[in-house]
Amino acid sequence: MPPSSPSRSPWPAFALIGVAVGLLALAFLWVAGWLQPSRIGGGKLADSLEYNAGKHPGWRRAHTKGLCVTGHFDSNGAGVALSKASVFRAGSVPVLGRFSTGGSDPFGPDGRPTFHSLALAFHLPRGEEWRTAMDHTPIFPVANAADFVALQIASKPDPVTHKPDPAKMKAYLAQHPETQAFLDYMATAPLPASFATGTYYSINAFRFIDGNGQSRAVRWQFEPETKGGDLDKKTLDQQPVDFLFDDLIARVKRGPLRWHLVIVLADAGDRTDNATVAWPANRRHVDVGTLVLDRATPEETGGCRDITYDPLVLPNGIAPSDDPLLAARSATYAASFHRRAVEGPHPDAISLAAKGGQK
Amino acid sequence: MSTRPDRFSPVARTLHWTMAALILAMLFIGVGMVSTAEPLYPTLLAWHRPIGALILVLALIRLGYRLHHPAPPLPADLPAVQKLAAHGSHWLLYATMIAMPLIGWSMQSAGGYPVRLTTWLVLPPIVPRDILLYGFLRSAHTVVAYCFFALILVHLAAALVHALIRRDGVFESMAGGR
Repeated sequence: MPPSSPSRSPWPAFALIGVAVGLLALAFLWVAGWLQPSRIGGGKLADSLEYNAGKHPGWRRAHTKGLCVTGHFDSNGAGVALSKASVFRAGSVPVLGRFSTGGSDPFGPDGRPTFHSLALAFHLPRGEEWRTAMDHTPIFPVANAADFVALQIASKPDPVTHKPDPAKMKAYLAQHPETQAFLDYMATAPLPASFATGTYYSINAFRFIDGNGQSRAVRWQFEPETKGGDLDKKTLDQQPVDFLFDDLIARVKRGPLRWHLVIVLADAGDRTDNATVAWPANRRHVDVGTLVLDRATPEETGGCRDITYDPLVLPNGIAPSDDPLLAARSATYAASFHRRAVEGPHPDAISLAAKGGQK
Repeated sequence: MSTRPDRFSPVARTLHWTMAALILAMLFIGVGMVSTAEPLYPTLLAWHRPIGALILVLALIRLGYRLHHPAPPLPADLPAVQKLAAHGSHWLLYATMIAMPLIGWSMQSAGGYPVRLTTWLVLPPIVPRDILLYGFLRSAHTVVAYCFFALILVHLAAALVHALIRRDGVFESMAGGR
């Protein structure tokens, strides 16, 4: 190549290079969301939880107070007709679970009208896992990420009254009848007296893919063998601070606790994209096996603290539905996990209570 | 032109341009997926892992190839400081393209996530489960990604200076036709 003539000015070429490199950088920043502050990612969802409940560095941003449980899942083989996931083949797989209560206060009292939750990680052959994080309610208060953020902002408790600003809440609910329906449900639905007697629902719809490649829309629920009563909602605040967790520890010491995994099959026309909408009760139910939990260990040593129960960690044979909340949950858990990992974990309420000899 | 000895071989050029496309796609997928909580997030994440693994394999092949096939010499009239910058930035690019997938794989291992590449393949963990290690590696994955992209911008700018201003054949040694 001949060298460029000395009389030729390099500045147009420099300008061209600057524009090319600048455009690529700009495209990168746009994709990364820097030029679009309104875009909702996992970080913004975690921010909204921190805005609502205050920041608790080192802790999960939601369902903060928890207890680890271990056991196994005995599959009866009936699920094989619905999904090729190895978990449904007749046999047993180990499970690492976590009971938790809703909210972001690591030392909050158990006596609140909030979610009772069970998260499970099934350890499957060939490195696969199935993780599911479930609530005792079959429906969720919001349908998507934007509504979740709006609800966190509207329902931020006042530091004095500990209640949301009624005007903000009213304005939000006027726009969100699905959240109002959830609150109405929570007001009337019984609150199980024990973690052991709760039914835990998948919240979202998923898809099961069978050995022939056929896909079915499903939800699932874990139905307890242990029967028990409901909490008296009027006396909730008189209950001991850790009573739900203490009850579970005591029950597991007496013997294993069991739930049946029941797969609920959608009918044509059932909404799979909206966790605020329940399916009719007459849908086909298939009992595919029994969850047996025989050990409860505080989070500090129980192994369930330092992972996320990301609902999109799924085995081959289970796939996400078109519910946008699944991606929002996954992104939020990831952001919360990164934050608390950088901040570093702390001893949990149940460990501290045990060490303090309160039991 | 076709007899010039100072050009990269077809193997080196194929590796360079394939990896250029993959790495750029990977960086855009990475920053894009963490910016959104829409269903695009898990879709991009499902692409991010296998492309990362592919980049690691190609980078190791390329490093091995490069060690046995030296790059064409830089123009004799290039100032020494620019030669140093050229060599330094190229080894930094190699280090980063190997380190990024390893950081990603390690951080997912430390965080207890199954590293799923395809429906039938889940990679084993390469470091023990450790939340503090996860936090460090997860932050490093972002910081190194932005540094990597900045390095690529500098690399691109320098290549264009060779192509449009110096016109010294360096750009053509990787980009030129036959």
